[in-house]
Amino acid sequence: MKSRYTLSRPLVLDRSWPIFIDLSVIAAALAGFYALVKIASYWMGKPVPAVEISQTVSALPLYAFYSVVRIGAAYLLSLVFAVGYGYVAAYNPRAEALMIAVLDILQSIPVLSFLPGVMLAMVALIPTRQLGIEMGAILLIFTGQVWNMAFSFYSSLKSIPRELREASNIYRFSAWQRFWQLELPFSAIGLVWNSMVSVAGGWFFLIACEMFVLGDRDFRLPGLGSFLQTAAGTGNSHAVMWGLVTMVLIIVATDQLIWRPVIAWSDRFKFEMSESKERVSSPILHMLQRSSFLALLKEKTFGPWGERIYYGLAHRRMERIIQPLDEPEKRKVPPLAIGLGLVAASVVLYATVQALAMLRHIQLSEVKLLLLGAGATFLRVNASLLIASLWTIPVGVMIGFNPKLARITQPITQIAASFPAPFLFPIIILGLQHLRLGLGVGSIVLMLLGTQWYILFNVIAGAMAIPSDLREVANLFHFKNLQRWTTVILPGIFPYLLTGLVTASGGAWNASIIAEYYNLRGHTLQTIGLGAQISAASDKGQFHILLLATMIMAMMVVTINRLVWRRLYRLAETRYSLEA
Amino acid sequence: MTAAIIRAQQVEKYYAQPSENRIQVISPTDLSIIPGEIVALLGPSGSGKSTLLRMLAGLSKPSGGEVFWHEKPIASAEINVSIVFQSFALFPWLTVLENVEAPLKARGMSARERRERSEKILDTVGLDGFEAAFPKELSGGMRQRVGFARALVVEPEVLFMDEPFSALDVLTAENLRSELLQLWAKKTIPTQAIFLVTHNIEEAVLLADRIIVLGRNPGHIRTDFKVTLPHPRDRKTAPFTQLVDYIYKVLTRPDVAPAELPATSNGKPVRDQRQMHYQMLPHARPGGIAGLLELVVDHGGKDDIYRLADDLAFEVDDLLPIVDAAQLLGFLTVEEGDAVITAEGRQYAESEILGQKTLFRKAAVEHILLLRQISRALTTKSDHTIHEEFFLDMLDEQFSEEETQRQLETAINWGRYAELFEFDASRRRFILPENDETPETVAEGPAE
Repeated sequence: MKSRYTLSRPLVLDRSWPIFIDLSVIAAALAGFYALVKIASYWMGKPVPAVEISQTVSALPLYAFYSVVRIGAAYLLSLVFAVGYGYVAAYNPRAEALMIAVLDILQSIPVLSFLPGVMLAMVALIPTRQLGIEMGAILLIFTGQVWNMAFSFYSSLKSIPRELREASNIYRFSAWQRFWQLELPFSAIGLVWNSMVSVAGGWFFLIACEMFVLGDRDFRLPGLGSFLQTAAGTGNSHAVMWGLVTMVLIIVATDQLIWRPVIAWSDRFKFEMSESKERVSSPILHMLQRSSFLALLKEKTFGPWGERIYYGLAHRRMERIIQPLDEPEKRKVPPLAIGLGLVAASVVLYATVQALAMLRHIQLSEVKLLLLGAGATFLRVNASLLIASLWTIPVGVMIGFNPKLARITQPITQIAASFPAPFLFPIIILGLQHLRLGLGVGSIVLMLLGTQWYILFNVIAGAMAIPSDLREVANLFHFKNLQRWTTVILPGIFPYLLTGLVTASGGAWNASIIAEYYNLRGHTLQTIGLGAQISAASDKGQFHILLLATMIMAMMVVTINRLVWRRLYRLAETRYSLEA
Repeated sequence: MTAAIIRAQQVEKYYAQPSENRIQVISPTDLSIIPGEIVALLGPSGSGKSTLLRMLAGLSKPSGGEVFWHEKPIASAEINVSIVFQSFALFPWLTVLENVEAPLKARGMSARERRERSEKILDTVGLDGFEAAFPKELSGGMRQRVGFARALVVEPEVLFMDEPFSALDVLTAENLRSELLQLWAKKTIPTQAIFLVTHNIEEAVLLADRIIVLGRNPGHIRTDFKVTLPHPRDRKTAPFTQLVDYIYKVLTRPDVAPAELPATSNGKPVRDQRQMHYQMLPHARPGGIAGLLELVVDHGGKDDIYRLADDLAFEVDDLLPIVDAAQLLGFLTVEEGDAVITAEGRQYAESEILGQKTLFRKAAVEHILLLRQISRALTTKSDHTIHEEFFLDMLDEQFSEEETQRQLETAINWGRYAELFEFDASRRRFILPENDETPETVAEGPAE
């Protein structure tokens, strides 16, 4: 059942919002881009010294610690933001459509395009240079992880059963109590699974953020990502080895120390009224729950604070009156808000026009090149999906049908799926050079590296979910192999496969930005592709090309989502759903 | 007469449609809940029982009229009510104790007092020792006990119950009912009045001091009477069965036109669904109709609906749609609570499966406008297929969104059985079947 939770994009929703909303979201994004570029170009003039990245193994623990802190800070920020965003979107009927459209578009935009802008802007805004890069990195990781979490929380809130809402209403729960006893528990499981996906994605972006070149400016943050890149760049295979081992250790430790206890703990939030047989167990959780120190801490601090809050809330008059559920109160919009809204809208409009004005400098030849690159990247992304499906479907089904095998391989694929592929890029590229393969083909391999695990992971889950009686029917009537695949296996795994493919496709588009253009040992390897053009444009500070390329990529991703994935999702939900 | 705790004055509920007319769910209704009474609200599905309950409890705002709590408008009064839900509506992530404590927490009660009161009430409902259990570890009956404990712990003046026993098995339900009666009779609980929504006639007669029977389309009160049988009530006694039979008669008797619908204040026309174009299709399956008809034939062609329900161990909500459907198709007539089979009905009941289909097809096209329209549209259209949207559009002029879907679902169900059309569920289209035996019958249908 895992993949049900691993991804919850607005794709699943059959939401049709007016084109006006889409346009205003696009306008806001453009305006944001323009603002970033403005601040960034202001700072471009100043030279900055580069930080030296150590290559000694003894520096690794500290570097690993830095990276983990970055990921952690970005994740916490994402969590808080996602909950706030989802909450407002779910309860404010005026803002809902707009906010969901924003989610839909923002999670289709390749985050890495914003890397140069965000970095420069943060460096400009925060006086201490290193802190600026630090903030920039955290902000970027945040942008990469927040949207699916926000959407998950939003859709959980929307699907709270009516009678539970009525119960919390008739018993006069305050918003505070409703949040802790109804809304957060109900959405906990979705949030946990999406958090796992988000954090894995966070590592991906971290690598890109920790070391990155913009023209002659070299931004570096001490961390695991920069360590590996530097080591690979200088051909220090000893250091690379240690770096990889550290990464694997971190992933295993996160899995064991954080995710497993959290998943085991979130089991109590399953909204079902029967006890499930399969349960994730975690010795760590067991230990924490037994800890008398923690119990004491809770009793002495959170307990009394909570009591005080509840007491205070209960004595407000508002809370003693039952609000009808079917009439969401529409408060009057204060004139101040209207005024602010108008000001904001005109600022956005101005900045949008300015951003579009940047596109004036683009020559027709450049546009042609970009479109050519878009086509090439499109083909690469799909080639990588195809290759990944070709091997993961048979293997995944085999594993899924064999519970013993599944038990052994699932943790491994989980770790493989959360291992940030860019860590391996330098090594793979060196290997490809030996085979005399250019980055044109090589970038497909790089994309595969990151994305195939999502598909494998989901296919295994799908195969496990096929009821055994369906498989028995196939045996009973001696289905030939082809018939077995077309009538039982493929339709059975379809919804899961789709979830895997959507995640993989999104990942591959994003990966193209670093896979098609790579700095190694002072050389720049590149091939024709939209991703390469984005990277090259940010390297050279050609913001107008960067803007156009990003727009093209975002548009392609949104279009594919709407035309292909969303339709397939509907098909999966109606025809290939195994739930009656 | 004692002053009412809750008094509804001309409350109604409707959903405005984009077009001029609107869908009336409950017509303007007066109703009071007075201290010392158990009121049971009975009615078939679609009569708006739950909606009425939610308006009285302040959870739903009436579209018109007003609800008063001790003569103050309910929207601004500090009311003290509880609801016991059909689905229990417990928080699965909280323990039994935490579930019961939650409403007290909302009232800002101190931790110690909360605990004392919760434990006391858990004791009362027989859940001593289950404090630390999670709801999913309990049986359905135990869960509903938690539901009762949570409702009673706030010492509500009015206890609302929304089909509280219908998700439980027969024995458990019986047990819980009698315990509730005991608590009530001995005044163990300080509750002033109980308002019970149910579709189980016997349950209403067992528990209630007053029974209100609702009719549907739109929901309205058909009768409101006191039950004076002494407690404990015995299902086998004559007065009890007579009362049950009486309620069956009320429920199945053709609805004499209720009072004229008043013109609404804003001048929008209110459409009474009985004067409307499409009949409301009862959500019964063709197999169920056949089964009922066979049973009536077995009973000599005429029998008490009450006895039929008893024979089938059906509740009124299960049986009435089937009776309605058979009536709509002209297979059955209902007189004074008796089901009487018609000549067509007898023929249908005694036919083989293919013969039944032909008879059903004939009856459907003759009596049911929607099926006649679908069938006709399919024969006239050159490609012999039509998207469901076409019919949904026409239906939603008349029914709520949810009901529109259900109406079409039922029509598809019947039409498929009658081989009037095929329906492609993935493309959502009606298709005329290949063999052309069917269209002939279509032509036989009377003109509108």
